[in-house]
Amino acid sequence: MNQTLIQYILQLADNGLIHGHRLSEWCGHAPILEVDIALSNMALDHIGVARSLYQYAAQLEGNEKTEDSYPYHRDVREFYNVLLLELPKGDFAETIARCFYFDAFQFHFYQALQKSKDAQLAAIAEKSLKEVTYHLRFSSEWVIRLGDGTEESKHKMQRAIHKYWEYTGEFFDSNSIEEKMLAEGIAVNILLLKPLWEKTIAETLQEASIAYPLNKEGAWFHKGGKDGIHTEHLGFLLAEMQYLQRSYPGASW
Amino acid sequence: MKSKEEIFALLQNVTDPEVPVLSILDLGIVRDIILKTTDEIEVVITPTYSGCPAMSMIAFNIKMELVANGFKTVTVSEVLSPAWTTDWMSEEGKKKLNIYGIAPPQYTTLHHPNEIDVIVPCPLCNSADTKLISQFGSTACKALYQCNHCLEPFDYFKCH
Repeated sequence: MNQTLIQYILQLADNGLIHGHRLSEWCGHAPILEVDIALSNMALDHIGVARSLYQYAAQLEGNEKTEDSYPYHRDVREFYNVLLLELPKGDFAETIARCFYFDAFQFHFYQALQKSKDAQLAAIAEKSLKEVTYHLRFSSEWVIRLGDGTEESKHKMQRAIHKYWEYTGEFFDSNSIEEKMLAEGIAVNILLLKPLWEKTIAETLQEASIAYPLNKEGAWFHKGGKDGIHTEHLGFLLAEMQYLQRSYPGASW
Repeated sequence: MKSKEEIFALLQNVTDPEVPVLSILDLGIVRDIILKTTDEIEVVITPTYSGCPAMSMIAFNIKMELVANGFKTVTVSEVLSPAWTTDWMSEEGKKKLNIYGIAPPQYTTLHHPNEIDVIVPCPLCNSADTKLISQFGSTACKALYQCNHCLEPFDYFKCH
């Protein structure tokens, strides 16, 4: 039970860490200063939530684990984030599309997680929901602004929305860890979130005059991240993030 | 043994490193004080934002302040629920913010209008004719506004 709970917590934490890391890559590179600051702020929020979750996992696991053990001392196969978040950040429209899909998911996910039987997860959800509400507003406004903007911005936004669609199915595809935790009343029933998420997505896309992606029955989606099966991109991300701790184990400020 | 009132008076000296005019009591992040013995105390705080980098600095400063005033063992613990809200910010704190040049939260979270109806008066010239530049300002807790009257940009401590 404890090991399953820890892996469930790590799944949520890894999503925050990897998404936050990718967003932080925009620092100093965003199209305008305000966006640069906004993306860095959101990166901090995500990494902050990841810290709360890693601290909780470390407390449950004991064994001299700390919040730093998980980001710095695990290899690719032991990360459980969804694939969407580890993909290279792409251009600005692509980052916005990914944020939009994930923010909309988190917005509904945290509302449900507030009712978790696990008091600490419920508390983290309550706190994070306030932050993700801002994130979703930011990414939705940019989807609308780019979609409803010039011919070129619309083209790029539309292309990005299509490009990442096939990574969104994984949000709603439970693995054995989530099923066990759902039976305990701890995990969120992600299947129930799908119609809510689709509604949020469809409404904003309509306002942005962006075509809703193909949503045929039996559409094919990438998956595997939650079970530690990743794209090649995560390894490169971790190589950069873990470099210092691997070269100088235990180094601290 | 110090009374709780005396402890609170000491904590009034601990400020937010990002917004030095605000004490941690003005911010409303001190949730509890547990006096264990004459020289042992626990202070319970709640973070403003999950990723707020000021929190570890604040915890450190609480320890420094209390150790300097005779406590030998000071622990600072964090609670996440109920989640911090700007509704807990003191009226005094809001006034200090405005004088400092940061527009304080204008509404309570329970009575928050739609985003387009939000009016944030300029802390410099008091004009209500201001516009939102970005929902994310110099720190996670602030948004960036500009005054249409005096044209100065300013930070707004957003309702949260």
